[in-house]
Amino acid sequence: MKRKNSLLRFKDNLIAHYPLYLMVIPALLYYILFVYKPMYGILIAFEKFKMKEGILGSAWVGFDNFERLMSSYWFPIILKNTLMLSALSLLISFPLPIVLSLMVNELNDGKGKKLFQTVSYAPHFISTVVVCGMLILFMSPSSGILGKMLSMNTLAEPSAFKWLYVLSGVWQGLGWSTVIYFAALSGVDKQLLEAAEIDGANRIQRIIHINFPVLVPTITVLLILQMGQLLNVGYEKVYLLQNDANLTASEVISTYVYKLGLEQNDFSFSTAASLFNSLVNCVILVTANTLSRRITHAGLW
Amino acid sequence: MQKKKASRLSRGDRVFLFVNKIVLVIVFIMFLYPLLFVISASVSDPEMVNAGKVILLPRGFTLDGYRRILDFSDIWRGYLNTLYYTIVGTVLNLAFTIPCAYAISRKEMAGRNIVMLIIMITMYFSGGLIPIYLNLKSFGLLDTWYVLLITGLVSAYNVVVSRTFFASTIPLELYDAAYIDGAGDWTTFIRIVLPLSKPILAVMALYYGVARWNSYFDAMVYLRDRAKYPLQMYLREVLIQTKMVADSMTQSMDPEAVKELNRQANEANLIKYCVIIVSTAPMMAIYPWLQRFFGKGVMIGSVKG
Repeated sequence: MKRKNSLLRFKDNLIAHYPLYLMVIPALLYYILFVYKPMYGILIAFEKFKMKEGILGSAWVGFDNFERLMSSYWFPIILKNTLMLSALSLLISFPLPIVLSLMVNELNDGKGKKLFQTVSYAPHFISTVVVCGMLILFMSPSSGILGKMLSMNTLAEPSAFKWLYVLSGVWQGLGWSTVIYFAALSGVDKQLLEAAEIDGANRIQRIIHINFPVLVPTITVLLILQMGQLLNVGYEKVYLLQNDANLTASEVISTYVYKLGLEQNDFSFSTAASLFNSLVNCVILVTANTLSRRITHAGLW
Repeated sequence: MQKKKASRLSRGDRVFLFVNKIVLVIVFIMFLYPLLFVISASVSDPEMVNAGKVILLPRGFTLDGYRRILDFSDIWRGYLNTLYYTIVGTVLNLAFTIPCAYAISRKEMAGRNIVMLIIMITMYFSGGLIPIYLNLKSFGLLDTWYVLLITGLVSAYNVVVSRTFFASTIPLELYDAAYIDGAGDWTTFIRIVLPLSKPILAVMALYYGVARWNSYFDAMVYLRDRAKYPLQMYLREVLIQTKMVADSMTQSMDPEAVKELNRQANEANLIKYCVIIVSTAPMMAIYPWLQRFFGKGVMIGSVKG
């Protein structure tokens, strides 16, 4: 009886608000045809895929591709590089925008603050290709403004790759990452700040005890989100900065997937590697969320 | 007013503010300097640049580099293609994203949480490179003018941000008023909600537009025909792929050849600096005008739906 009621109500709702349902259809169609439909192609990770035989017709090989992946020469290298690059950039790129936004927030000169923000956002609007082009120009040992100061060819040196990647990432993303914290800081209670000032709290105390706590929920959500992307390094940039000399430090899972799949046409092996990547991401995300709920009682779900 | 405030500051606070300012000035210079250097280098004598004599201001002023790239038909073709991909692509992005985000922000819509879930899952899980490639191939879309318009048509993150905007800025009373006045959902959306949503339209157009203008990876994977390449693919050839030859050859050649190679490398570098300016200028010109809207684009999570 109750179910019938709710079904009837849904029908009435559908008729009364049919435009709302129509508005969702284009986006849903896109997701079904171009995002969900390819997911069944993951099957080829368990097959010896041949283009002629198609996804459903190719021979089933179980976990062979995964075993091949785990025992391959490159596997430990790409796993280590992927973890290294993402952990290092998380460690450096995550806290900096928090500190920077708190510092900029203390500027009492409105024009200077605006100018700082405008300039700090600029690198975000420069393409990855151009940023890498600039890096290569600056780091060239024969003609680059930075490369000449350093005694080695940074671009070809495996041990320098992670710093090249992380520090250029800081330059490009630091300013832009502060936007979200400024938005949060605009919610700080002005009266609370004044009261604290009257009670004799100095600037640093006010930042630590009033401004920073306002940012904590944002920090938590962003941190969990980033943990879920831990194995998704910025492969676009990594791929551009790669060369034969630094490959032992710069080959990551995603670039390996690309090369295996589209340069060597080993579709099954490539898909197995990318599925491995997705699974590890999911595990890390769930772990991060559980930990966060235990510790801060906040999480994505 | 300003002075009065300053005099009230304690000594510790004044020291803090001073140090804070100094650090921020240094950070400011770190952001700005590479950009200024590229501008200067693009109009300087390349020999001066490569000898390290250009520090901030241009030396041996020349517009040769810009004159030379006027003849680079590849760059201009890439420019046109990118304009097409960016403008048509962004319009499609908005047409697919905004109505969907609006609909699932309305409490009247049954099943909106299921739609939301379907969209959110894609943020964490996808078929991966090869299955997506094979899927586009099965639609016959590879190497066509449409493929780059379809990839990245709706971004889950942008749907979430837009939905949050609609849910938190359009007051419910407005919907009631519109309903009483006899406006249907279409009229309400087009006549009432859209005019109030300029900030989110601006932010979404910016997010999508920047992503389209700057991306190269999809083009590298899905396009073979050079005539369809976006600008970034040509930039990659000019800025990234040429470098290897020049740097590796100088180590093993006789002095005369090295000199000639150096001259060529100098010129190539000048062109690179100019290409960077030409390809980046449009974004640099646009984003400061939209800056006041940036805050709207990060309201993700501030309202739970």
